[in-house]
Amino acid sequence: MTARTLYEKIWDAHVVSSRDDGTSLIYIDRHLVHEVSSAQAFEGLRKAGLPVRRTDLTLAMPDHNVPTTPRVDASGALIPVEDPASAAQLAALEANVAEFGVPFFTATSPEQGIVHVVGPEQGFTLPGCTLVCGDSHTAAHGALGALAFGIGTTEVEHVLATQTLRMARSKSMEIRVEGRLGHGVSAKDVILAVIARIGVGGGIGHVIEYRGSAFEGMTIEERLTVSNMSIEAGARAGLFAPDETTFAYLKGRPMAPKGEQWERAVAHWRTLRSDDGAVFDKSVVIDAAEIAPSVTWGTNPEQVVAITGAAPKLEDIADEGRRAAVARALDYMGIAPGQAMEEVAVDHVFIGSCTNSRIEDLRAAAKVLEGRHLSERIQSAIVVPGSGLVKLMAEAEGLDRIFLDAGFEWREPGCSACLGMNPDVIPPLGRCASTSNRNFVGRQGPDARTHLMSPAMAAAAGVAGHLADVRDYLGETA
Amino acid sequence: MTVVEGRAYPLGLANVDTDQIIGSDWLKTISKVGLGAGAFDALRESGVTVFGDPRWKGAPLLVAGANFGCGSSREHAAWAIADIGIRVVIAPSFSDIFSSNAFKNGILTAFVDEAAIAPLMAVAQNDGAAGTLKADLIEQVIETPDGQRWPFRIDSFRRACLIDGLDEIALTRGEDDAISAHEARVATAEPWLAGAV
Repeated sequence: MTARTLYEKIWDAHVVSSRDDGTSLIYIDRHLVHEVSSAQAFEGLRKAGLPVRRTDLTLAMPDHNVPTTPRVDASGALIPVEDPASAAQLAALEANVAEFGVPFFTATSPEQGIVHVVGPEQGFTLPGCTLVCGDSHTAAHGALGALAFGIGTTEVEHVLATQTLRMARSKSMEIRVEGRLGHGVSAKDVILAVIARIGVGGGIGHVIEYRGSAFEGMTIEERLTVSNMSIEAGARAGLFAPDETTFAYLKGRPMAPKGEQWERAVAHWRTLRSDDGAVFDKSVVIDAAEIAPSVTWGTNPEQVVAITGAAPKLEDIADEGRRAAVARALDYMGIAPGQAMEEVAVDHVFIGSCTNSRIEDLRAAAKVLEGRHLSERIQSAIVVPGSGLVKLMAEAEGLDRIFLDAGFEWREPGCSACLGMNPDVIPPLGRCASTSNRNFVGRQGPDARTHLMSPAMAAAAGVAGHLADVRDYLGETA
Repeated sequence: MTVVEGRAYPLGLANVDTDQIIGSDWLKTISKVGLGAGAFDALRESGVTVFGDPRWKGAPLLVAGANFGCGSSREHAAWAIADIGIRVVIAPSFSDIFSSNAFKNGILTAFVDEAAIAPLMAVAQNDGAAGTLKADLIEQVIETPDGQRWPFRIDSFRRACLIDGLDEIALTRGEDDAISAHEARVATAEPWLAGAV
């Protein structure tokens, strides 16, 4: 048998049927549903008189619209959602899951959170499965060896009705980061470096497999951060081959297999790796030692520079179209060409989002903040755990105290200030040190300015009142 | 759809993300119609004039730069584009999710060579009949009034569906036996995948 990549193995195992035109019907093992991309899909089912084919493979929860302020009052009564449009969308989700019998975590259940945090946490996400959600950051679940990708609402309807999708096979790309990461360099810096290298369109039409010693040494939380942002490089999905780290993470999770099935599953999952001699359509190799703690200076995630670096100078850019795009981005961001990153003052800090709201992210930020306080410049600083269970874990470790003592607000789980759909928005011209995944124009609110970075870097920026090098806030390298 | 002919928005920018096509405020709707009122607002506010210009109002085509529709998977972007009457988007590359969302809403994403964008932009900026483009799905070419023919790529399944109209769910439901057979195989070979909740 010819050598196959991990992607090809998972794809082949899910082909229901193939056509001469190159498309296949692919079976979907897991489907996550939230309020923003599902209402029109359920409406389509209702009009066609169709049920959800496999409610037992589907899991729903609210995340994009839910406010991150308290959800119940002192007497335990529900606090209504103020924004009528958000309230209507959240109510539509509740009515739809009730009507169609879809399993659901309510906004007040301890398991509720961002779909991409909850899926792995519950063991809903498993190696070798296909997983979809009407959200582009579904790529995150590839950290566990799941073939996971974002879809649109019409595709959500197709999956609800048939548990399949019709698609053409993507090309494969390997990204290898070899060697040891430097002091203070996080998974976020690694994926920003990858996107800087291949560009925001570099992964179009491809599924990325992350390989090499730097990725092998990462925890599942770190891999989730990397895989999450595969979409920011244009890739359909990102994959990590499941290994002992994956199995240890999944063992005992509520929806993971148990007992004899667990043993069988692990034996199968060990076969899920690219064969020696498997050929990738594209291959990129990066030296881990070249990656520094980084921030974005512009309005897309490839506009990245080391924190010790500076914004680009226009005269250095030969291509006219590129020069115009850089000038437009700098203008929006209120940054001068050639300005040093550490000189850029910050007034808001956001620690959260499906990229960086897991327990390790909160620990990394708390490590920088312990015994320190936010700069007087900072107008708002919020920590938004990715799920209720992350919040409880952090509180049990005393991390909430560290954040509160430093001057942060400690919030309820949700997507929050990542995309401006709930009340957590950055005001016009406000500048935010953000752990989220997109620095697009207006992403965190109209005219808001976003700098992407790791949780530890965001904490350091909050303390300094300007973009800052986290290495100045950590102890000596081990 | 076989042929779409008319004016084309000369946008030309690369990396236009779906946040720019429709802002997050519009994602709170539970309908697919009416999103045209918010289409390209962010671009308009940032000084891109083509969407406010009466010369291109109602144009059925759009010429864009590489990586059009990157970012969020929001199908609202395709609904917004459809709502202002755009049937064809021409670009050297598209985000995979946007291209799929557009197709599901009867919008052709025509992949052309990078070299085609500058000449197509030049045509689209002309006034009157000299500024029209024709997308021919049968021939798979974009034609200009002065006789240039730029071939575009589209996968053959999508091409057939766009030409014939499409009910993809009905098509898939016709394969119900194959889907059930797959489920039976998984229940034996990988029972841990056969039910989650």
